[in-house]
Amino acid sequence: MATLAARLTSIWEESPGLASWTGTVDHKRIGKRYIYTSFAFFVIAGLQSLVMRVQLARPDQHLVSPEVFNQLFSMHGITMIFLFATPMLSGFGNYFVPLMIGARDMAFPRLNAFGYWVFLAAGLFMYFSFFMGAIPDDGWFNYVPLAGSTFTPERSIDFYGLGILFLAISSTVGAINFIVTIFKMRAPGMTLNRMPLYVWAILATSMALVFALPALSLANIMLELDRKFGMHFFDAGGGGDPLLWQHLFWIFGHPDVYIILLPAVGIVSSIVPVFTRRPMVGYAYVALATVITFVLSFGVWVHHMFATGLPQLSMSFFAAATIMFTIPGGVQVFAWVATIVMARKIVLKTPMLFILGFLSLFVMGGVTGIMFAIIPFDRQVTDTYFVVAHFHYVLFGGAVFPIFAGFYYWLPKITGRLLNERLGRWSFWLMFSGFNITFGLMHVVGLLGMPRRVYTYLPGLGWDIWNMLETVGSFVLTLGILLTAINWYRSARNGELAGDDPWGGETLEWATTSPPPAYNFERIPIVASPHPLWDESAASAGTVSAELAEGHQTLGTSVLDAEPDQVMGMPGETHAPLLLTLALTALFFAFLFDAWFVAAVAGLGVAGAIVQWLWPHPHEGAH
Amino acid sequence: MVGRRRRLGLIVALAALLSACSESSPSTLDPHGPGAARISFLWWVMFGLSILVIGTVVGLTAFGIRRKVRPEGSDDASGIRLIVGGGFVVPAIVLTVLFVMMVRDLGTEASELKSAQLTVDVIAHQWWWEVRYDDGDIVTANEIHIPVGRQVKMNLSTDDVIHSYWVPQLQAKVDMIPGRVNELALQADDAGVYRGICGEFCGLQHAKMQFLVVAEEPADFDAWLQRQTTIPPADDPGLKAFLGSTCGGCHAVAGTEATGTLGPDLTDFGSRRSIGAGAVENNATNLAAWILDAQEIKPGSKMPPQPVSASELRAIVGFLEGLK
Repeated sequence: MATLAARLTSIWEESPGLASWTGTVDHKRIGKRYIYTSFAFFVIAGLQSLVMRVQLARPDQHLVSPEVFNQLFSMHGITMIFLFATPMLSGFGNYFVPLMIGARDMAFPRLNAFGYWVFLAAGLFMYFSFFMGAIPDDGWFNYVPLAGSTFTPERSIDFYGLGILFLAISSTVGAINFIVTIFKMRAPGMTLNRMPLYVWAILATSMALVFALPALSLANIMLELDRKFGMHFFDAGGGGDPLLWQHLFWIFGHPDVYIILLPAVGIVSSIVPVFTRRPMVGYAYVALATVITFVLSFGVWVHHMFATGLPQLSMSFFAAATIMFTIPGGVQVFAWVATIVMARKIVLKTPMLFILGFLSLFVMGGVTGIMFAIIPFDRQVTDTYFVVAHFHYVLFGGAVFPIFAGFYYWLPKITGRLLNERLGRWSFWLMFSGFNITFGLMHVVGLLGMPRRVYTYLPGLGWDIWNMLETVGSFVLTLGILLTAINWYRSARNGELAGDDPWGGETLEWATTSPPPAYNFERIPIVASPHPLWDESAASAGTVSAELAEGHQTLGTSVLDAEPDQVMGMPGETHAPLLLTLALTALFFAFLFDAWFVAAVAGLGVAGAIVQWLWPHPHEGAH
Repeated sequence: MVGRRRRLGLIVALAALLSACSESSPSTLDPHGPGAARISFLWWVMFGLSILVIGTVVGLTAFGIRRKVRPEGSDDASGIRLIVGGGFVVPAIVLTVLFVMMVRDLGTEASELKSAQLTVDVIAHQWWWEVRYDDGDIVTANEIHIPVGRQVKMNLSTDDVIHSYWVPQLQAKVDMIPGRVNELALQADDAGVYRGICGEFCGLQHAKMQFLVVAEEPADFDAWLQRQTTIPPADDPGLKAFLGSTCGGCHAVAGTEATGTLGPDLTDFGSRRSIGAGAVENNATNLAAWILDAQEIKPGSKMPPQPVSASELRAIVGFLEGLK
């Protein structure tokens, strides 16, 4: 055995040093980078929101000017949605999907590295706007004509439009990589109906991304054509239509809510069975609900536009479609509840606390979500603090709480060390109460008529006390988040050792060491159950399988039944992804500054980097 | 689970506070017109249902965590019943009822629009409201007078970016979108002043783009409309000071040489309750400060600081406050 491990190590382990640091294709290293980088963006966007909360604590305050306030809420939304939520969940997916399905890496490791570098470059590109003093300030959904060149001539919106286009490259290659990995690289015997629910969620999310992103990219291409070349896609005076932007944006934007939510509830479906010591009740219902959610999410975008004066009849169809969302949502909620009710034993450790917090917050976000299907009520409270409250319950309650549960549950696998329970509990209760004070009260102030996106407000409209309390709550919430950050930092240095399987897990990531070796598994496991680590017979079946120790290899299996059909040769360290990213970065900066000659040169650089990437390397390749 | 119980308590306390909110709040739950009243009713129905849903989920979860007798086997049947009942059957019934209520309300709103006799054109600008009666014969700004008890049709359009017309206590909002004219019927059942708010982010001063709806008895409304046609005497020294400065380049006062259209019409300025589209109360002190440097009160407003002498300022303020 030792010789097998040693042989695999010599094949898979990347050399230490800078060259390997920039050239890595290991899904675990890349996954960690996604997690750390997006957490940094989470902190930045969180600090932005604190400045806004201080400004709004009392009426008529002037801590920041209206310009700065508008930049703050715009960048807060852009960062949280595009640079935190999606990449954070992508980071978990990158790290854990191959481990959960018993593979040695993602299907396209170089593309995976490329996805991370582009995410980082696009994030830095958008934040470069701070050094230019032209920061996006028209909100994260950037409505035209306000975002057109007439009303916002500065480059601020070009940082948005080009930055989002740049980032879409990363999300697209990431999503395609997940789809191929999940379809082709599951361990032998892991048929689709034995696939962990988390993997189902990543699959549905990736599908949604592939179909939703083109609408967003198209909208931003049109926006830049309008802005830079005087075209009239969104210009009512020139025969265009500003509502076209809204349609395209929300055709992306609504599925995007589920692109964020589905992997988060996938985390929930991973944790609930482990901490109730029983398989998930209604596995098939939950898997089906996940897929239905992805499909339905493309049919409801107009509920973001109920106030635009579209014909009543067509709006009613979208209202009905939105109402139908309750069914897959309700099925998932009651599946978790049923699993908890039917639990063999409840283990109330920190990950489970965050999941229970999630459950109550998600249901609240869900019921207010249904209210937005009711057209007259939607028109009354849309663009007020009520909708701000609603989507924070869905996105913070529904995604950030599971992400924090994921930290406590999975970081021990990543670092090999457990997080501190005591600090974890404190963090949870502070976050849970701080969150409810901050965002719960926003429902109230929204019903009292306070619009969103205002840098200040008049006294005496009945909003003052609520705003003050919200600000206090936001600091309690921040303190809770800070405790988890401290916990994370401390545990990485001297936390209690986790061992292979600290929680009694059911899925394959707990079958290897913490942290896992570069090759993940000595032998590709064989799966005979949806809960391979819980099923005695399945565990014994796992011992007979391929070693694949001849080179960078993993097993390819068939799409439905996961029968082995090929040995896949995997690439090793390479700088091609980084080079291509650098060329693309130059190209986008050239677009930004209208430097068309530089753009042409950078375009050649991009082509060259692709050729270099695709150049055959005879020592690699399949067997 | 103490936290959850406390939270339920909090929600109930909130509901109590909501219904007792202050008089001056533009609260959607303090409706003074049929449109807002229907929505407020819908809200309380949905709020009640929400409490039931949240209570059920939290209650079942709490039971699951605390139950003493644990199921032994891995029989899913009763769990599946819970999923089908709670996730499918109950919501399907409840939501069908809600949907029918919504369709009924939408029908009522459509017939209200048809029945409206009086029409007001409202044109949004960054960051103020132009208001026109009688096909533009009478123009005013930032304050909309309507007769009590009648449906009034608003023709909503914009001169620049997207805005949204919203009077929370009377009717839900409708956007004002370049290239379109949207229609909205609203009615006030009680005389009073209701705050209107721009409901779509429209740039730098979205926060200070508000207006007031003044609902009056029909006779008072007719009298107000009549007053809009009175012309100030041409020998008014204040008018001379007004015309002698740059005011008339952007502002209009009906019946005078001031015919600017870049800024709000000032014909009945003295009778208005606010300056700067709801930014500050209308009185002589605030007006003088506004004329000297509007940027101090509403940064980014299109009104530049006015280099007028103290005596000119006094004359202009006196003239404007006298326009009623």
